Amino acid sequence: MTQVTMTVNGKAVSGEVEGRTLLSTFLREHLGLTGTHVGCDTAQCGACTVHVDGKAVKSCNMLALEADGASVDTIEGQANPDGSLNAIQAAFQEHHGLQCGFCTPGMVMAAAALLKENPKPTEAEIRHHLSGNLCRCTGYHNIVKAIMAASGQDVAAVAAE
Amino acid sequence: MYNFEFVKPKTLEEAVAALSAEEAQVLGGGQTLIPTLKQRLAAPAKLVSLSGIEALQGVRADGGVLTVGAGTTHATVAAEAGAYPALAALAGNIADPAVRNRGTLGGSIANNDPAADYPAAVLASGATVVTIAREIAADDFFQGMFTTALNDGEIITAVKFPIPEAASYQKFEQPASRFALVGVFVAKYADGVRVAVTGASEDGVFRWSEAEAALAANFAPEALEGLAVPAEGMIADLHGSKAYRAHLVGVMTKRAVAAAG
Ligand SMILES: Cc1cc2nc3c(=O)[nH]c(=O)nc-3n(C[C@H](O)[C@H](O)[C@H](O)COP(=O)(O)OP(=O)(O)OC[C@H]3O[C@@H](n4cnc5c(N)ncnc54)[C@H](O)[C@@H]3O)c2cc1C
Ligand code: FES
Ligand code: FES
Repeated sequence: MTQVTMTVNGKAVSGEVEGRTLLSTFLREHLGLTGTHVGCDTAQCGACTVHVDGKAVKSCNMLALEADGASVDTIEGQANPDGSLNAIQAAFQEHHGLQCGFCTPGMVMAAAALLKENPKPTEAEIRHHLSGNLCRCTGYHNIVKAIMAASGQDVAAVAAE
Repeated sequence: MYNFEFVKPKTLEEAVAALSAEEAQVLGGGQTLIPTLKQRLAAPAKLVSLSGIEALQGVRADGGVLTVGAGTTHATVAAEAGAYPALAALAGNIADPAVRNRGTLGGSIANNDPAADYPAAVLASGATVVTIAREIAADDFFQGMFTTALNDGEIITAVKFPIPEAASYQKFEQPASRFALVGVFVAKYADGVRVAVTGASEDGVFRWSEAEAALAANFAPEALEGLAVPAEGMIADLHGSKAYRAHLVGVMTKRAVAAAG
């Protein structure tokens, strides 16, 4: 066992992990932050997306020890300080960007990474950016709409309207 | 996944020392290796992460050569390889954004997946693969599916890409994995044209020399009329037959030449 220390959603945390412990396992099982979902555990679906030092990564495909000393953001840290939903989360609710909700934490984290880099993405850029995030329910259109809305853009033009 | 010891050295010297242990293996971005470990297709006793080694990071253009550190992520190459636009575009289209934030150039070419993108760029550019021990020409580096000239524990430190006059990579994506079903990288230099094909052959990435000769005489899609790679030796799977892949090689090469202009 090795000691790992990181900042998760602004709070310093540490724990004892094995070499093989995944970041997703550390977040969910050691810290109890089960908002980060594990859908495929094979780096395909993106449900486990979190930010490490501000960059989106699939936490099922990164070792916890690789994040030693890093700053990690998960879905649990996305709400506004007063507990209300942030702009992206509120837009997902408003535009029915989720059904079962399993993919949603990863979708929200992927969207947050996109909007940080590109505050007014086009529909095509949003779809391209989400290529590593799978949703079995929505058919994606409402997710794309939610992200358009969260970036302050008109959603009326999104495909299949 | 079996357990292993994890170490993250800060210098290449420490990494080399750590790799001298029995059953030690290099960890790049882990985007291929971690799934492999989960399937128990590999079971190293020790993983030596390269992510803490500053000397393996970064993109630098100098005297017509773009040098990319082996630990540089696909996302960083996409953002910073502006001096070689076709290479930046290729990197920006590998996998998805989260994988691009972890996966590295060194890991991709060390793995030499027959459908990976980078091997096509390295081979078409006539690049030099720099390791801790030596410099290896791209023509000697790739030795068939998942096989390279690397010795056990030999760390790739950088790749030096001569910057071409014109180039383009065209990838026909396998729609589920987005790996290349067929990908063709065409690069035009003052002394000739190089064409490298990935995704198609059972021997992994290869050069299409007939196309190179035709394009050296006339760098235009029409120069490829009537040329075809043989279907024999192409990959056949549920996504495409040998003949289909052989046909796509011609189509994607024409598109790459048209896009390179
Ligand atoms: C969902 C998904 C989609 C993908 N899609 C694509 C795609 O479309 N196109 C594509 O080309 N790739 C794709 N990949 C693969 C991706 O590009 C990987 O990042 C890459 O193949 C391996 O790089 P890595 O740094 O993650 O290496 P690792 O997984 O860490 O290592 C791979 C191998 O290389 C060795 N190695 C690593 N670094 C070095 C080094 N510096 N010197 C010597 N040996 C080293 C390791 O020991 C290991 O054997 C995809 C991966 C995933 C998970
Ligand atoms: S659980 Fe990590 S990508 Fe699916
Ligand atoms: S809402 Fe169910 S998987 Fe996306």
